[in-house]
Amino acid sequence: MRSRWYGKLGDRAFTALLVGLGLAVMLVAVLLAWELASGGAEAFRTFGFWGFAAGRAWNAVAGQFGAWPFLLGTVITSAAALTLAFLPALAAAIAVAEYAPRWLAEVVAYLIDLLAALPSVVYGLWGIFVLVPLVRDHVEQPLFLWSAEHAPALMGVLGPPTGIGMLSAVLVLALMIVPYASSLARDAIRLVPRDQREAMYALGATRWEVVRRVVLPYARGGIFAGVVLALARAIGETMAVTMLIGNSGQLPYSVFGPAATMASLIANEFAEAEGGLQLASLLAVGFLLLLLSLVVNLIADFILRRMSVGEGRK
Amino acid sequence: MNLRRRYLRDRVMVALVYLGTLLVLLPLGFILLHVFTQGIGALDWAFFTQPPAPPGEGGGGMLPAIVGTFVIDLMALAMGGLLGLGGGVLMAEYPDHPLNRPLRLVANVLGGVPAILMGLFAFVLVVEPMGGFSAFSGAVALAILMIPIIMRATEEVLRILPWELREAGLALGLPRWRVTLSLILPAAKGGIVTGLLLALARAAGEAAPLLFTAFGNPFLSFDPLGPMDSLPLKIYVYAISPYEDWIRQAWGAALLLALLLMVTNYLARRAMRRS
Repeated sequence: MRSRWYGKLGDRAFTALLVGLGLAVMLVAVLLAWELASGGAEAFRTFGFWGFAAGRAWNAVAGQFGAWPFLLGTVITSAAALTLAFLPALAAAIAVAEYAPRWLAEVVAYLIDLLAALPSVVYGLWGIFVLVPLVRDHVEQPLFLWSAEHAPALMGVLGPPTGIGMLSAVLVLALMIVPYASSLARDAIRLVPRDQREAMYALGATRWEVVRRVVLPYARGGIFAGVVLALARAIGETMAVTMLIGNSGQLPYSVFGPAATMASLIANEFAEAEGGLQLASLLAVGFLLLLLSLVVNLIADFILRRMSVGEGRK
Repeated sequence: MNLRRRYLRDRVMVALVYLGTLLVLLPLGFILLHVFTQGIGALDWAFFTQPPAPPGEGGGGMLPAIVGTFVIDLMALAMGGLLGLGGGVLMAEYPDHPLNRPLRLVANVLGGVPAILMGLFAFVLVVEPMGGFSAFSGAVALAILMIPIIMRATEEVLRILPWELREAGLALGLPRWRVTLSLILPAAKGGIVTGLLLALARAAGEAAPLLFTAFGNPFLSFDPLGPMDSLPLKIYVYAISPYEDWIRQAWGAALLLALLLMVTNYLARRAMRRS
């Protein structure tokens, strides 16, 4: 009797347990999407899906809710942060994986990993007390004074020089995704086989030619996928952005002005939401954020599969 | 292109690559340095042993937040670890199980969901039905954050183990569950612990999912069904407050959190090397 329990029944129970846990994981994911969609259904019903997504007003008192300013804020800040971060991140990856001597590469790689692990709130804290004064006193103030004298028309666009706004948020966001993008690019570059490089050196290529003609083309799938994943991370980044962007429900009108992203809107308003339509609208914004990050992640997956050379990943 | 120009271009590019690296490391090193110098002064005895003082009074400490961080994160690790390990073992040890394809897709998708949405989800799923903010709901949000990380790490380590190990066990007449529990999991222990610790470090720094789940609580609390404080949450609240002493303590909490995460990451690396 013992051997039966031990063998067949034990196996069956164990498999059932694992399958149950796997199903639970899937249930969590499905439920997550479902709860956001059904929680936001009232907003989608009231304004229509496109009416809500493209609605420009967000006014709890008037009962008007539209996600467009936040959608735009999310896309602009994360795209700008990625543009700033891309080349330095790639440079750091090439330095670590190709150029630097071993000890230096290890130190730099360790530092970059450390910074990738630093929490978002810490970046936000640094942003508020170090970056914002810097931006205010050395970028916005001079610009503001200059425009007051020479081009008064610009002043409306610039807004008051507070330092809080999209510029600071974008800068901190760029700093936050650099380590992430860089470590993904580094991993992709390390996967390039040695013989590829050696063949190129044997032909008399310089180091840069090896990087340019062999390493980058070979690793491009991984590098681009990493870039897109970094974009996805920037899209969902909440705390640092919430602390720096100024959280204004208007359409973002200038790089210096305040704005808000979908994530910062939720972080800012959700705990104080009155319930009813406002709560539903916030959940609906959450659903849109989920869709956006899903799309970006799927693009990264697609790139990884289509652009990797050789066997790549299955 | 002649040789000299090629050499010149090579040198210029090396310089540019190093310049770019410096451009990455300088501001980031600056942040670390700033957190350290600003934070070290706030880490006194009261910081670790006192509850927060009333707004504007000065003094007080972070005891509830420190305790809460551990309570919430360990609860999250227990839940996320169970589901993540289960999913990872299923994907690695039963490679042709029909559940694997959708499960892998779900793990990928879940890994890309912004952390704040886990908070929204836990709010709708736990906070609303239970009628109030609670440490438990915060742990649920963080657990969901951990699941894909643990799953991927577990699957990867188990995949590295040679298939002969399983065959040797089966040849001795062991059933598959014994092979998994007594041969595979012990052999992969280091890697699995690494995955758990990395997931823990990732979740422990998150404030966004806790904003409307654990919510924060100025009093020392061990009640998982009541609101509870946590270091990242406290940093956020104090950083945007107008009180100088709170801001000073926010830097202290940032330093403490950074140190805790560094230790966790270090332990994770060491566990990996040992196995």
